[in-house]
This record gives sequence, C-alpha cells and structure tokens, in this order.
Amino acid sequence: MKARVHVMLKNGVLDPQGEAVRHALGALGFDGVAGVRQGKVIELDLADGTSEETVKAMCEKLLANTVIERYDIELA
Amino acid sequence: MRAAVIVFPGSNCDRDLATAFAKAGCDVQMVWHKDTDLPEHVDIVGIPGGFSFGDYLRCGAIAANSPICQSLKRHVDRGGYALGICNGFQVLTETRLLPGALMRNAGLKFVCKTAPLRVETSDSVFTRGYNAGEVVGIPIAHHDGNYTADADVLAQLKDEDRIAFTYTDNPNGSAGNIAGILSANRRVLGMMPHPERAAEIGHGGTDGARLFAHLAEALAQA
Repeated sequence: MKARVHVMLKNGVLDPQGEAVRHALGALGFDGVAGVRQGKVIELDLADGTSEETVKAMCEKLLANTVIERYDIELA
Repeated sequence: MRAAVIVFPGSNCDRDLATAFAKAGCDVQMVWHKDTDLPEHVDIVGIPGGFSFGDYLRCGAIAANSPICQSLKRHVDRGGYALGICNGFQVLTETRLLPGALMRNAGLKFVCKTAPLRVETSDSVFTRGYNAGEVVGIPIAHHDGNYTADADVLAQLKDEDRIAFTYTDNPNGSAGNIAGILSANRRVLGMMPHPERAAEIGHGGTDGARLFAHLAEALAQA
C-alpha cells in the first residue's frame, strides 16, 4: 500500500519561498496571483495493513514539524 | 569541566567548537551520532554547526532523531548544560529542547557575515561574561535562521528573560530579531551566530571567546 503525506506551513506562518514564487510569476506576466504557498509531498511505500495511526505517528515524530507545519494523509 | 561535542554526518563546525571549548580549559570528547551514550560526567554538550544529514527533510530534523539525541535529552532532563550553534540550534528546536522553529531566511539568501548582536541578558552561564545591552560582533553563516514561534511563546521568552541575543540589524527575518534563546532552566542555549568563529585573534574578532571562558569558569565552580 502507499500513503501520500502533504506537508504545508500552517496558515499564518509566512512562507518566504512561496512569496518568492509569487513574485516570479508576476514578473513572468501572470497577473492576479494573490498568494503562493509551497509545501512538500512525501510518498511512502508501506507494508499492507499499515494503519493511518502509524502514518500519523510518522508525521508527528519526523515528517512534519508541527510547530510550523500541518500535514494531511492520503492512503491509497 | 568536561565537554562533549556531537558529530553528525555533515557537521562542519565540530572541530572549531571543540577547539573553542579546549582553549577555555575544557576536556573535550567528540561523540558520534550513532553512539547511544554520552561520556560519563559530561558537564556540557556542544551541538555544532553544519548541515547534518544534508539538511534533508528539514534542517536538524534527522539529527534530532539520532541515537545520541536521546542521550542528549536525558542529559538536559537531568539538568545538564547544552550549547547548540547554528545547525545545533536547529537540532535543539527539532528535539523540542528549545521552543519555536528556524525557517528559511526571509530574504531567501544564505547570509555569511559578522553580525552585531545585542546581549539581552547576562543571567546565564553562557552570557555572564557580557553586560546586558552590550553589542558584540559574532559571525553568522546560515540559510535557515529565521526564528519563529507563536505569540505566546515569544511573550513567554521575553517575560522570562530567555532571549540571550538579538540582531541589531535583522539579517533573516527572525521574530523579535532573535538570534539566540535559553531554556526555562537557563542551562540550554541555542543561537544561530557562531561564537566559536570569533574566539581567537586570527579569526578577526574575539567577542565569542568570552562566552567559552566564562562558561568554563562557571561550570568549573559548579
């Protein structure tokens, strides 16, 4: 089985890299880009039957820093 | 005083930090990240600068989960002293031994220069050799030194006099111009600037030497 973890900076945490991407899009002539947030996607190849709880523990312990980041888990 | 300096794959200030401790009169031992125990009777653990594990995932995140960091946590829980510099500060936030997190510099650039720092408190073994309000020059060299924490944590750090150093000219966007913070028991210091790079005349500045000299003196008496 596979799991996909999306890690994003929490709302309210300024994302300097997203801001830089927003500026670059503006410079390329793409108008109306009000905001860009940049995050990570982590794909996990897991033993069948791995619980969402286990993936959640992975996120809490290592994959995300919950001081500044939030995460979403997609099991497939 | 006995010091241990942790070495991770990708640490690159470990020997500089060991030299600064030794010059202040400490016995220094290097400790590999896979070691499970610190040497016995260590007074202070140094977590050096560098790019542990290539800064993969997040700066300091993988190092924070290495076997030696379990021992570091036990050392700090026992009331032991620790000094994390640059990547070492990032490791201390990732282990949650210090609050907050260090994000990408607001200007997105790696910044490498001598930064004027204001000493915010002289009430710690690390800063007792400085006067509060004094401005010292200490080199910085980082890409992810933008300190952030929620408003409650920032207020608590201020109220408890746990901000050790601030930048007089903020180079990275850090909240409250914070360059270094202390733990609640004031025995753990994390700072982005590199005092070990301003510890000898040949370095071009000696403002960092006082940190090590006064630290060694205080711990020798302890």
